[in-house]
Amino acid sequence: MSILVDKKTRLLVQGITGREGFFHATQMMEYGTQIVAGVTPGKGGEWVLDGKIPVFDTVVGAAETTGANCSVIFVPARFAADAILEAADGGIPLIVCITEGVPVQDMMQARSYITQHGSRLIGPNCPGVLTPGASKVGIIPGNIAIPGSIGVVSRSGTLTYEVLYALQRKELGVSTCVGIGGDPINGTSFLDVLAMFEDDPHTDQVVLIGEIGGTDEERAAEFIADHMTKPVAAFVAGMTAPADKRMGHAGAIVEGGSGLAADKIAALKSAGVRVAEHPDLIPEVVA
Amino acid sequence: MKLHEYQAKQIFSQYGIAIPRGRVASTASEAKSVAQELGGRVVVKSQVLVGGRGKAGGIRLANTPSEAEEVATQILAMQVKGLPVRKVLVDEAATIVEEIYLGVTNDRGARSPVMIASSEGGIEIEEVARIMPERLFRITIEPLLGLREYQARYLAASIELRRELWREFVGIALYTAYTESDATLAEINPLVITGDGRLIALDAKMVVDDNALFRHAELAEMRDFDEEAPPEREARKYGLSYVKLDGDIGCMVNGAGLAMATMDVIKLFGGEPANFLDIGGGAGADKVAAALGIILSDSNVQAVLFNIFGGITRCDEVARGILMALKEVSTDVPMVVRLTGTNEAEGQRILAEADMLTAGSLSEAAQTAVSLANERHSV
Repeated sequence: MSILVDKKTRLLVQGITGREGFFHATQMMEYGTQIVAGVTPGKGGEWVLDGKIPVFDTVVGAAETTGANCSVIFVPARFAADAILEAADGGIPLIVCITEGVPVQDMMQARSYITQHGSRLIGPNCPGVLTPGASKVGIIPGNIAIPGSIGVVSRSGTLTYEVLYALQRKELGVSTCVGIGGDPINGTSFLDVLAMFEDDPHTDQVVLIGEIGGTDEERAAEFIADHMTKPVAAFVAGMTAPADKRMGHAGAIVEGGSGLAADKIAALKSAGVRVAEHPDLIPEVVA
Repeated sequence: MKLHEYQAKQIFSQYGIAIPRGRVASTASEAKSVAQELGGRVVVKSQVLVGGRGKAGGIRLANTPSEAEEVATQILAMQVKGLPVRKVLVDEAATIVEEIYLGVTNDRGARSPVMIASSEGGIEIEEVARIMPERLFRITIEPLLGLREYQARYLAASIELRRELWREFVGIALYTAYTESDATLAEINPLVITGDGRLIALDAKMVVDDNALFRHAELAEMRDFDEEAPPEREARKYGLSYVKLDGDIGCMVNGAGLAMATMDVIKLFGGEPANFLDIGGGAGADKVAAALGIILSDSNVQAVLFNIFGGITRCDEVARGILMALKEVSTDVPMVVRLTGTNEAEGQRILAEADMLTAGSLSEAAQTAVSLANERHSV
């Protein structure tokens, strides 16, 4: 089974009439995700995706009419924080923000607000959540993972696909894959997801994909050592990244000697995590 | 985006933070006339976007305008950590009684801003954290409430600031400057207590969130393009993220994490990456073409590896971009393409028609790229 999303997920797509929103809404629907509504301010009343999905002007309108319980956000970066706040105010319990490039201060405020409102945010700057065979919320290609019992959690986007693909080629199935995003301020951390996998009866083990910057992997290592009974395997990107250079992700910068890949790998190994040398080798280190 | 000291001081000054009188100069004679205007002793400070200017000899005192001219001549001819000095800030010299540290930055762990103060100003805060952590005080700021007065007072009391200066200290609008500029760091080091009992920001440092520049036209204009290498500048124009490295295998990847992993795998198979390049999500053919031009502008590049795992990016678009770029840029550098994911079949078909060398996995692509580069070296 899964965490966060499953067949009961009733999905709302914020930004459904935009280029990315529309393309990926189509892909999600083809995958079998239950899309119930779209929101684009000013386009309420239209129908999209072969006339099957109603578009609303507001999240609250969409949620009241359709009973949506999850929202995925594809709006441009400058409107993303607003979209997150609107989803939380509309009572959506799970908000997945795909948008990349959201200003950090917007995120700090949005994160504080939604936490007080009891919603959970995944992302921003993330590929979303995929429960193979049940529900795809976001942009993870549906054909690179099969249902199974490995939980996957990652700070990266495409690197996650690489790992899913490697697992699939060895016919190793996934319970749920969660991309928490590469930004310095995000809604859900490794710890949150590790705890969910530990409690999920259908997840037997976890694959964690980290990268340079911050100390999330070190915190995850502490949590694994203290609280996890299920085995964990990992890959950490950025062994070759020079210090003090930003590697694309706002989060992927080695700051003043901390946040190094080598330190993260050492912390994970000392917590009993089996760390793969490269993503293609992940299947060799899962239990 | 890092700002120069003189730019950060301009911003701080707009928020009422006291700074020394002074002005920026690009030539020694200009520095002399600033010193004349100011009268008395001045400090001539190199304006480069790295720390450690003082230690490198990039900050010097001058007693007279002609001495200022002389010192400015020397500083404008030097490099600080490899960066040529193009401007100096000429500030009036302050009489310093005490040096304090005050800064605001993002605390990733707390997902909130944090304000840091220390009685030990004038040295790098990382150094204070290492050698006397008990002198460093931090408060987490709730982003929806902002900095509250009691929090600033707590810092004033913690660093044992004289009580008569508390009101002035609490009034320093550094947090406001930080939020309203969408900064990720705003730092005064040192914040000095002068002989006549005032608090002055003797140095200023600011880093602005690149993602927020769309709402700060005035800050975006402050970007110093001289401090950026031409390929990085070109990459920024196309919304690409490029960092030049020392190796010979150019790589073009979608996604920062995968790009770093690709570099790691190249190294693992005995190669050296020539660059980090993330074409971002949803890159179209034109972006791919621009990226290839940037990679090939590095004459060290002996082979190029494309690693595209399509999610929001479509493989067919990337394949078209590669072919489009190859029409514009004539090159004999060998290339290997690994395409998987969204619209993969169409992408593969386009590449096959053009007889491009392809690989099925990242490991295979990396191994191929390493041997292609080695072959070129042995020729």
